Amino acid sequence: MLTQTTFQGKLSKTSDLFIPFIVAGDPTPDLTIDLALKLQEAGADILELGVPYSDPLADGPTIQRAAKRALHHGMSLTGAIELIPKMREHGLTIPVVIFTYYNPVMRLGEEKFFDLLSENGAEGVLIPDLPHEESESVRKFALSHDIEYISLVAPNSEERIQKIAEQARGFLYCVSTLGVTGGENTLSSEVVEFIGKVKQHSKVPVGVGFGISTNEDVRMIREHADGVIIGSKIIRLIESEVDALVDENSRKNALETFYRNVQDLVE
Amino acid sequence: MVQVYPDQRGRFGDFGGKYVPETLMAPLQELEQALDEAMEDREFLKEYHHVLEEYAGRPTALTYADKITEKLGGAKVYLKREDLNHTGAHKLNNAIGQALLAKRMGKKKIIAETGAGQHGVASATVAAKFGLKCKVFMGEEDIRRQEPNVFRMKMLGAEVVPVSSGRGTLKDATNEAIRYWVANCEDHFYLIGSVVGPHPYPRMVRDFQRVIGDESKRQFLENEPTLPDYIYACVGGGSNAIGMFYPFLGDDLELIGVEAAGKGINTSEHAATLSKGDRGVIHGSLTFLLQDEHGQITEPYSISAGLDYPGIGPEHAYLFDTKRVRYEAVTDAQAMDALKLLTETEGIIPAVESAHALAQAFQEAKDLPTDKTVLINLSGRGDKDLATIMTHFQEEV
Repeated sequence: MLTQTTFQGKLSKTSDLFIPFIVAGDPTPDLTIDLALKLQEAGADILELGVPYSDPLADGPTIQRAAKRALHHGMSLTGAIELIPKMREHGLTIPVVIFTYYNPVMRLGEEKFFDLLSENGAEGVLIPDLPHEESESVRKFALSHDIEYISLVAPNSEERIQKIAEQARGFLYCVSTLGVTGGENTLSSEVVEFIGKVKQHSKVPVGVGFGISTNEDVRMIREHADGVIIGSKIIRLIESEVDALVDENSRKNALETFYRNVQDLVE
Repeated sequence: MVQVYPDQRGRFGDFGGKYVPETLMAPLQELEQALDEAMEDREFLKEYHHVLEEYAGRPTALTYADKITEKLGGAKVYLKREDLNHTGAHKLNNAIGQALLAKRMGKKKIIAETGAGQHGVASATVAAKFGLKCKVFMGEEDIRRQEPNVFRMKMLGAEVVPVSSGRGTLKDATNEAIRYWVANCEDHFYLIGSVVGPHPYPRMVRDFQRVIGDESKRQFLENEPTLPDYIYACVGGGSNAIGMFYPFLGDDLELIGVEAAGKGINTSEHAATLSKGDRGVIHGSLTFLLQDEHGQITEPYSISAGLDYPGIGPEHAYLFDTKRVRYEAVTDAQAMDALKLLTETEGIIPAVESAHALAQAFQEAKDLPTDKTVLINLSGRGDKDLATIMTHFQEEV
């Protein structure tokens, strides 16, 4: 039995975490590597690497657009996982969590999926359409492969919170609001109360995500949770520089702009 | 002992389940509880059957198709006439059941997805009748090819929300309806139109559609000494087929589900989920679906907007896997020929969806002995398809 997982070993702290999300292959596979490194430079503690999917039920228009761009470049579940060693070669040291819908995992086969994650050095996995009741075999594979299976709780999880939080591994993903990713979010006092309830039962850091798009949001979440998870906003920052990023002549400057924008968001 | 499906986990054998974001677990649990209570409540069932009778016009007729029988020269052909149901298809049976349940749960707003528009019209209809607010998600491509139904929904007071993602068909409309439900689940009831989606939807829709099979069984025995030898129904998501098949599952007869082979199952343009698909998860349920080697869902094709769906209800996946039901696939051209034949010989213009079941049944019936009987579920009428029919036969007419 491991006393500390690889994920925990690579995590430099357990509070004030910045957890950005990007989609593998958006806007191109090579740029995903550059963007991951810029995020690490800007203070990211964990990288959520999204696998583009044709039918992402939990995602709003921003991440749908990113997935479309990535699929256009032929990105796939295995392709995304195989980006991790390339990121490591270029200096990425923070833990990487693969974020994928379940169907590509099922198609590949659960065991093969976890073997591939291990071989390529992923430290965690998150499957948004696999609730606790359907995830038993995946959680077993995760445990035997020393990979953290990240669970989610929602504001309406109610009596499910305790069960999910107590078994949570890596970090616990708190969905801040009912809805899909990238929505407008007003972080109300109810959210604060919800975070408190989750923290009471969780043995791992509690991160909050969905609809966090301003520096003000970030500051408010920091006050109450252990981590802030930002997806759609990061993708919009990539989108706003997409032409400049793709063009080799302007890439360096565009990556700098992206870096500064991320810093402004989380400082 | 006969296993009752779905089981506690919402499974039909390996299939079904709840593959949804955590946010939907609570509303699904609330729905399951309300459904269990309602189905045990005699008053609720009485009201459902009362509305079916005096509003929808049930029972629908069972028609002995003597002219077709004569023409084919084989088995006797009977038609279950869901085309005579109010709004022109079987879809209303389920919409009535779910609208009554929504009312019982105190939900005043319903959302629905639609492909051909028949379920959208049925939902808009029950919303008007029961005083509910209704939003229907519909793909942009389907809006274009089913214009009359879009107009009907709007007249009935529903808001039609165009969906531009994907190819703009039923799959995409369903994605968008689920996303909207995630954000608005506290006061919205999601009225799914087929035996698809997470548990308890496949079970609920089946139980509100089994009236087709229950009536057929009774009516058939009034005409013939024994039950039919063969029963045919078309399958997209599969609600009219399950509704017809379910009461007959324990009987000694052959059940045949007919999928859309589009331009041929050996082309890339078809919607033959069981013939050509693999196991996977779509819209919250483990079933068979059309997908590529990486597990990305692929775009189906059929001349019929109602069968143009890359998945299939999990109970069909189970009935396919256990070989209780035989599944066949029929091309656009074969379906349209059957549509024409029924129109000319029996004076009934069927929906293009239903024509798929007719095509398979006609082909088999002509080679059967005359003492055999065949029952076909004529799931809807073809008025909505006139533009499609005219285009298809343009060269011939």
